[in-house]
Amino acid sequence: MSHSDSAHSDWKLGDPPIVHHMDSHTAYDAARLGMWLFLATEILLFGGLFAAYLFYHWMYFAEFHHASKSLNWQLGGLNTIVLLFSSYLAVMAVDSVKLGKSEKAYKYLMATIGCGFIFLIIKAFEYHAKYSHGLFPGMDTFNSEAHQVEYKMFFGLYFCMTALHAFHVILGMGLLLWAALKVRAGHFSSKYYTPVEVGALYWHLVDLIWIYLFPLLYLVG
Amino acid sequence: MSGQHNSGQGEASTGEPKNYLNWDTSIWGWLTTVDHKRIALMYLFSILIFFFVGGLAALIMRTELMHAGGQFLTPQQYNVMFTLHGALMIFLFVVPGIPATMGNFLLPLMIGAKDVAFPKLNLISYYIYVAGALIACFALMNPLDQWADTGWTFYAPYSIESGGSVVLMTFAAFVLGFSSILTGLNFVVTIHKLRAPGMTWDRLPVFVWATYATAVIQTLATPVVGITLLLLIMERLFGVGVFDPKLGGDPVLYEHFFWFYSHPVVYIMVLPAFGVVGEIIPVFSRKPIFGYKAVVYASIAIAAVGFLVWAHHMFVAGISDYSAIYFSVITFGVAIPTAVKVFNWVSTMYKGSIRFTTPMLYAMGFVFLFMIAGTTGIYLAVLAVDVYYHDTYFVVAHFHYTIQGGAVIGLMAALYFWFPKMTGKMYNDTVGKIAWVFVFVGFNLTFLPQFKLGMMGMPRRYFDYLPEFESLHTVSTYGAFLNAFGYTFALVNLLYAWIFSKRKASENPWESLSLEWKTPSPPPHDNFTEPVIVTEWTYGYGTPVEGGKH
Repeated sequence: MSHSDSAHSDWKLGDPPIVHHMDSHTAYDAARLGMWLFLATEILLFGGLFAAYLFYHWMYFAEFHHASKSLNWQLGGLNTIVLLFSSYLAVMAVDSVKLGKSEKAYKYLMATIGCGFIFLIIKAFEYHAKYSHGLFPGMDTFNSEAHQVEYKMFFGLYFCMTALHAFHVILGMGLLLWAALKVRAGHFSSKYYTPVEVGALYWHLVDLIWIYLFPLLYLVG
Repeated sequence: MSGQHNSGQGEASTGEPKNYLNWDTSIWGWLTTVDHKRIALMYLFSILIFFFVGGLAALIMRTELMHAGGQFLTPQQYNVMFTLHGALMIFLFVVPGIPATMGNFLLPLMIGAKDVAFPKLNLISYYIYVAGALIACFALMNPLDQWADTGWTFYAPYSIESGGSVVLMTFAAFVLGFSSILTGLNFVVTIHKLRAPGMTWDRLPVFVWATYATAVIQTLATPVVGITLLLLIMERLFGVGVFDPKLGGDPVLYEHFFWFYSHPVVYIMVLPAFGVVGEIIPVFSRKPIFGYKAVVYASIAIAAVGFLVWAHHMFVAGISDYSAIYFSVITFGVAIPTAVKVFNWVSTMYKGSIRFTTPMLYAMGFVFLFMIAGTTGIYLAVLAVDVYYHDTYFVVAHFHYTIQGGAVIGLMAALYFWFPKMTGKMYNDTVGKIAWVFVFVGFNLTFLPQFKLGMMGMPRRYFDYLPEFESLHTVSTYGAFLNAFGYTFALVNLLYAWIFSKRKASENPWESLSLEWKTPSPPPHDNFTEPVIVTEWTYGYGTPVEGGKH
């Protein structure tokens, strides 16, 4: 905006971006409120899956119990620890950027993303094991084998829930990567770090959903 | 519009003051705009295209139904036609409807803000809408596969078996839902964070309150239908049997999920129209709105209770008697806040000095039609009566009284009321009134006979019927053509005025006290020429001190 150039000539990298329709403090509040609302929509999105899972768990209790036994709870548990630890790293990233320690924040963010990678790799191993046993919906073996339909229902839901969650992990990693690159380029300072904070908020949600998925699928089943 | 490609600010060289329309007239300037007013206009033109196409599908159906026996459609083509009509009208016209057009335009103006909280997100949600609309059109008129024929509800298990377009259509609805979520989220944040100094919650115009309630529903209900449609797609692609009885799934679960969103969505459609009427009636009655707080709380109550009544669509779907009783009783509860609103509008008019302008006629028409809609809704909430009326034309008529008589008439009222602000031009009021007569008479002629048809037992979605239904069907078809003519006439009147009218609108042609009328028509790019500070309630009409403190 041409008029802002002259009026805000003292703007430098690391300051909040100048928008024409609100001051920077309001923009910070608005971004956080917006992200919290978005998190609410994500919870409702998964809420449908949780409702479906609980309903069929109640309908087909014995079969779900049996099917759940075939999941590797050690790997699931390891992934839970990985994600919990990544959330700690995300908190530290926000804390560092708030204190103006950009370099540290960058490292924390990259470590968070690294945890995301580890999570996905472990998940891929688990998927592969199920795939090689023919327990993937849509496979001929899955459809033709003499599995009970209730047994298949468990794996249908398992794959829908974990795949949607994995998709959110990837989205969260992308968001954090974008924030990390901007941190490294010096866009953020103790005066302005909104994207890091809302990115970390999103990451905590990804973590939180897994915290519910793990016991429901691996332990309670 | 002046043809100059001037993206600079301030006064134009021609001396004409710069407003949001002539600020940057290049095509690129429009397509990449983040100005909420321009995005509102882009939404408006987009949704009106689908209103037109969906209306054509309705006329084709009505022509087919004019006489008993097959006329010119096959039964399958008829199924395609009501799917096309329903899906276009619901997902592409009425759901974005008032919020994305009038809400986008008015919300920042009414609260004294320069834009919505996230202007870029606003533009993104428009393009997501366009993408969803293109996918939907492809699915509904698929050149490669059988056209979608499930009806707009995609009920399982039929939607699992029907042609391939269903996957695309559900995906389109998912994408459109995403657009709706982002718009709702944007509005909630805008209302919380960007109110001008002095614009306290109890001074907010009722339209803003209604939009707020709507935005909350958009944000919280839409994700649930999103996951439902995703599960349906997974079902089609991978055989995950959540809704398929053959695979151990439960189609009734689909209905629960679907209506958990799709009942609140009727409040997304109609709450903004409540807000529009709440703005228009005080202005043309020259009286403060009666029971402001009651109107506001009623909006919130409708939004809240709307989440708790979804299974009243499923009384005959095999739900338990106890849950049916619960859903029936709570549904009666919706009548209370709705009736509160009607009482408030009528009391606002009582002993007012009423001016019968076109927007006022639409607003009064709305109150009348919505009373019929609400009352017939009570019939359907009665468990014993619903067993008989379910899936008959009674439901079709009730639904169209709420959605066309509510949301569409509300949109027409809003267009006629805020047209001078949006375009800076005045339209021909007499022509507007004549068109209103066609709309009003045509609408009632179409749907009043359908109540009777439903009572006689005419089932909905049937391509043919018994001879005793013929006379009422014929009347209904005549009404539909009259109705369609009325809408075309009314919209052409506005379009004509925008392009050709020489009559410029003043800043405040209706003498309203609301903020959007305290800025030039059309408003400048930044909405207001000077900083806004609110010191008064919005509805101080005709009180001893004009605009006295609330």
